[in-house]
Amino acid sequence: MPIDILMPALSPTMESGTLAKWLKKEGDKIKSGDVIAEIETDKATMEVEAVDEGILAKILVPNGTENVAVNTRIAVIAAEGEDAGAAGSAPAAAATAASAPAPVAAPAAAVAPTVPAAPRTEIPAYDAGTELPAGAEMVKMTVREALRDAMAEEMRRDDKVFVMGEEVAEYQGAYKVTQGLLQEFGARRVIDTPITEHGFAGVGVGAAMTGLRPIVEFMTFNFAMQAIDHIINSAAKTLYMSGGQLGCPIVFRGPNGAAARVAAQHSQDYAAWYSQIPGLKVIQPYTAADAKGLLKAAIRDENPIIFLENEILYGQSFDVPKVDDWLLPIGKARVARMGKHVTLVSFGIGMTYTMKAADALAGEGIEAEVIDLRTIRPMDIATVIRSIQKTNRCVAIEEGWPQSGVTSEIGMRIMEEAFDYLDAPVIRVTGKDVPMPYAANLEKLALPNVGEVVAAAKAVLYR
Amino acid sequence: MASNGAQIAGNATKGAPAPAKKAAKVTTAKRATGPKPFTKDEDLRAYRDMLLIRRFEEKAGQLYGMGLIGGFCHLYIGQEAVVVGMQMATIAGDQVITGYRDHGHMLACGMEANGVMAELTGRKGGYSRGKGGSMHMFSREKHFYGGHGIVGAQVALGTGLAFANRYTSNGNVSLAYFGDGAANQGQVYESFNMAELWSLPVVYIIENNRYAMGTAVSRASAQQDFSKRGVSFNIPGEQVDGMDVQAVREAGARAIAHARSGKGPYILEMQTYRYRGHSMSDPAKYRSKDEVEKMKNEHDPIEQVRARLLGKHKVSEDEIKAIDAEIRKIVNESAEFATVDPEPDVSELWTDILL
Repeated sequence: MPIDILMPALSPTMESGTLAKWLKKEGDKIKSGDVIAEIETDKATMEVEAVDEGILAKILVPNGTENVAVNTRIAVIAAEGEDAGAAGSAPAAAATAASAPAPVAAPAAAVAPTVPAAPRTEIPAYDAGTELPAGAEMVKMTVREALRDAMAEEMRRDDKVFVMGEEVAEYQGAYKVTQGLLQEFGARRVIDTPITEHGFAGVGVGAAMTGLRPIVEFMTFNFAMQAIDHIINSAAKTLYMSGGQLGCPIVFRGPNGAAARVAAQHSQDYAAWYSQIPGLKVIQPYTAADAKGLLKAAIRDENPIIFLENEILYGQSFDVPKVDDWLLPIGKARVARMGKHVTLVSFGIGMTYTMKAADALAGEGIEAEVIDLRTIRPMDIATVIRSIQKTNRCVAIEEGWPQSGVTSEIGMRIMEEAFDYLDAPVIRVTGKDVPMPYAANLEKLALPNVGEVVAAAKAVLYR
Repeated sequence: MASNGAQIAGNATKGAPAPAKKAAKVTTAKRATGPKPFTKDEDLRAYRDMLLIRRFEEKAGQLYGMGLIGGFCHLYIGQEAVVVGMQMATIAGDQVITGYRDHGHMLACGMEANGVMAELTGRKGGYSRGKGGSMHMFSREKHFYGGHGIVGAQVALGTGLAFANRYTSNGNVSLAYFGDGAANQGQVYESFNMAELWSLPVVYIIENNRYAMGTAVSRASAQQDFSKRGVSFNIPGEQVDGMDVQAVREAGARAIAHARSGKGPYILEMQTYRYRGHSMSDPAKYRSKDEVEKMKNEHDPIEQVRARLLGKHKVSEDEIKAIDAEIRKIVNESAEFATVDPEPDVSELWTDILL
């Protein structure tokens, strides 16, 4: 069967080119890989190689022809044993052949003109009040201990879980979060790495692709910027790029955000950065109970998870229920305080200002409802909206920077989904739009404070 | 058939500069005694596997020229002996991971031509259901872990595969392929350090095809002997004639045995050559036509095996032709499948983001 040679494209954007020169003439025998012609575009001169074998039966576009459209028939090859002359004279020989697949339009043209709506199931507002089993005994525990217990429990439960990072084993953790794990689980499962974030993040992701469940500790999330390519390009996107074949059950965890007096390079909240990425879940707990229940859930989750802790919270104590397997749902907010006048939404260490502000407001007769998001992505906006339906006013609080921050997202989602319930614009209290200063007085100014939250709450109440 | 009978070669025909003065020597690293010769069956397997890659890539280039394949498309033509020789040294369960020039690796791992080609054309029947494309395909079943578009990322990921092998004591070895360009990425050395420190079963295969896109090795690499890149980590390495599938298989067997025995990583610098441009839209003006022709005419990996088959193995021209026809059939069918298979359903836009 004669084979058409078509004008090739050098790139998806090329529409036509010049057929500069034929290097074979009619009647020549050609085989795969033979250079048969040169074509030119404004960018380059390229050789055209034969893919099929046979006799060059007919040249349809002569030397020097300009503006030859891509996919124009430029020549015909007759297969071995075919009548070369007949093949060449048959118009569009191949295209009309019965067994030939129909030429298909460029894929772009076939894309549906309308984007299918994102699958959306109505997510009801969540009631965290049901999480605690009735009559459960509570124990005081620091966030640090809660995180350690969460890892230890999950490591006891599943041999596939291991923890790796800088100083996690023999040093017992730079912030002592992994204290005792080496002693209990040994060096096979509690692994000190060299100072090599990019490398060990990639090693963790590779191990997770085989089905292991790594917990990768970053000494702080500031250093994870060295590893962010593996977090986003390797961990978050592979499930999609593999058509659902290759999941990545990994937890990246460590302290995030400002500590105290460590200046600009060590004081940054990455919640907004990671929360933009489809394929990641992002958790930032405040209490020890949430830290434990959510870290356990994160380790069992099949997806890559960013678990943002906070150095200042590590030593703070909270009640943690003493139950066998304290697991919390990822993606659900918690109403931390009930109120009816204004909704205050925050997460992580932002909750410290928010809870104190709610106390202060109560002293002035303002009952604030406080919502702790706990998970930043997926964001439980339904629970926020349920509160706003009651209060009609909202302030969002975070330590991160204002532009494109988590609170920007909260404000926009409320506008999109609950605009009619608002009696005042949503306003934000955030970290100031500056790198973190070192000087104690400036550092204090750069962070949000209770007074700002109180003032914001009064502003949305017009008081 | 209505296929384009030709494709872009990706070699400059004018304006090619003289090769850089300090250009690395061409694939002449040979051991004092040559590699152990292949049996007839081994040569037949090597011929068939390499020819499948060659013909598949030629067809992919052709479909690209017809606008059926979009975006980036990096062909493996010229480098076939590397992955085929290495696969001949593996056992079931050994993993393979590579960068974006990955079609050959997938075929050598036993992935179906139809699924690979349909992924190139962005169709439903592609390995990633059309959502990955040329650079992002995977097969857990065939132990192929991609297909990675970020230069060097596969080295750390491949080290992670080896970490899992050691963690689970499964006896497998991870083969992490990367190019002379990726060899200058920092994470490669972070990975080398951890792999040796923890004695991970990984073989690092540096496919030195002499150009990182358009930059000759001599212009990018302070140490052009890539087999020495592990020296400061105590990782042994050797240079291999990557155009000779026998040499590749032999060095591969040595390296894999080292890794599997618990001695840690091993580096193989495969001295190879890509005949085509870096990607489809690269006219390859940074090298001379003579250089390319010389490699094709004097070092072609497939021609070397073909000559052995016809010569000392006394395989007839007809038998060779029958293999050629069989391979061409597989490739043509994959092109047809990749052309008629529908694009993914629009609902696929929203799937496979989270499990």
